[in-house]
Amino acid sequence: MPNLATHARRRPCGRRLASNPGAKLIDAFLPASAAGIMELLSPVAPGWGGTLLVGLLHSIEIALGATCLGLMIGTAGAFGKLYGGPVTRDLLAVYTTVVRAVPELVLILLLYYAGTDLINQVLTGMGYSRVDISGLAAGIFVLGFVQGAYSTEVIRGAILAIPQGQIEAARAYGMSPGLMLRRITLPAMLPFAIPGLANLWLIATKDTALLAVVGFFELTLATRQAAGVTKAYLLFYLAAGALYLTLSLFSNVIIGRVEAWSRRGMPSVKEAR
Amino acid sequence: MSAEASAINLAARASIWLKPHRIVLILIALALVFCAAFFMRWDWLPQYWEMGMMGIWRALWILAVTCALGFALAVPLGLAQAGGPFWFAVPAKIFCTIIRGTPLLLQLWLLYYGLGSIFPQYPWIRESWLWPYLRQAWPYAVVALTFSFAGYEGEVMRGAFAGVPRGQLEAARAFGMSRWKIFRRIWLPQAFYRALPTLTGETVLQLKSTPLVATISVIDIFAVSSKVRQDTYLTYEPLLLLALIYMTITGILVFVFSRIEARIPVKIG
Repeated sequence: MPNLATHARRRPCGRRLASNPGAKLIDAFLPASAAGIMELLSPVAPGWGGTLLVGLLHSIEIALGATCLGLMIGTAGAFGKLYGGPVTRDLLAVYTTVVRAVPELVLILLLYYAGTDLINQVLTGMGYSRVDISGLAAGIFVLGFVQGAYSTEVIRGAILAIPQGQIEAARAYGMSPGLMLRRITLPAMLPFAIPGLANLWLIATKDTALLAVVGFFELTLATRQAAGVTKAYLLFYLAAGALYLTLSLFSNVIIGRVEAWSRRGMPSVKEAR
Repeated sequence: MSAEASAINLAARASIWLKPHRIVLILIALALVFCAAFFMRWDWLPQYWEMGMMGIWRALWILAVTCALGFALAVPLGLAQAGGPFWFAVPAKIFCTIIRGTPLLLQLWLLYYGLGSIFPQYPWIRESWLWPYLRQAWPYAVVALTFSFAGYEGEVMRGAFAGVPRGQLEAARAFGMSRWKIFRRIWLPQAFYRALPTLTGETVLQLKSTPLVATISVIDIFAVSSKVRQDTYLTYEPLLLLALIYMTITGILVFVFSRIEARIPVKIG
């Protein structure tokens, strides 16, 4: 991974900057002409646009992975909460309550250390040597675990919103639980779940920024490095903000399409008024 | 009679907790707490006690200030979007979209590193009375968290203002109330009642955002726990205690808000 190398190489510059406060530090942004800005943001070598885009790509990768993992945990968790035994229900209640009450930043640190420790202890216990967990996998696991708690609640609410008759009809047809899940429950809950899940996706894209605090290379950390080296702080933070905003707005368009698709065949509320 | 009723109520509440599987689970949880208390290292606690209390106090202070200021900002933002002319509505909408579309951490760093590096360029800022504050980190933290709360809550208030039935406002106008009086007596209270349940969630979310200020060198409880980890090389103890502290604060917040919500008349609109 080239990013780690650049990270290590550029560190000293940032430290030198920090020890040299004052007016000299910030000349870079305001006097920069339009051409200078384009040069700083250009995607090829002297510019830092490429670094930002790689960071954005990593952010999207983590958000996608975490959302998928969160959906799996959430679906299982929702069914556990609705149809599970008393012990499963209580454990899931503890999981969703605790995860939703503790700040993501604290959870990320806890799970990151605990997760890597646990895996290494299991590996050494089984006679293998210790491994370094890749940042991507750790990020996906940690954010997915957090997302899982929120999506459990969203999906549970969506399943409860399905008209009871549909489930009863499916049972009356003699469908097995698996078939009922695939044909009735999941498609019927989708229109109720999608607004909440869309919110969770937007939260996931923004929560990837928190991984910058643990030192994972994504858009916010890339921005911090670029800004630290070039001293054009405002420019790069604004550029990163624009990238995040584009991602959000683009997601909104896609989500609108998906929601319309999941509601196909349902009567519109607008026409009823 | 009432004592009897409350005794029955208490018994009913206790029986929820005293199902056999719950007793086992509670015992397991107690055993875990016991293990954590006796087999982990807690000898650093007395040394950092005072610092931790300061940290908790600072986090709560930031939470209270930013929620109050943010709500004060959210009311005009929501009002502008719900019923304002378009030259108010469009900027308010843009503000909310930008705040909600970018990570809080980025906004915080943009203000602290970005604006913070621009300010010293101007001599008149450095000579002004604001300069002693602008050199510290906490004003940037307060501004960033306030904007964030205002952005999210502004969207909620838009829905709440729009959700007040037209008839209420028309009746108020028929009574001859002035616009300001309609807003103060009818529109704002009813919108506030509608927004209250989401306000609980937003406040808890805001609490969970406060540790981010530690990244710009404000010493809140999160920063204290980081310092403990650096000083003692312990990984889990400070983090577990930190999680417990945040859970306790969340619990208290939810309890207080549920008490406030219970006082609100249910039938509105």
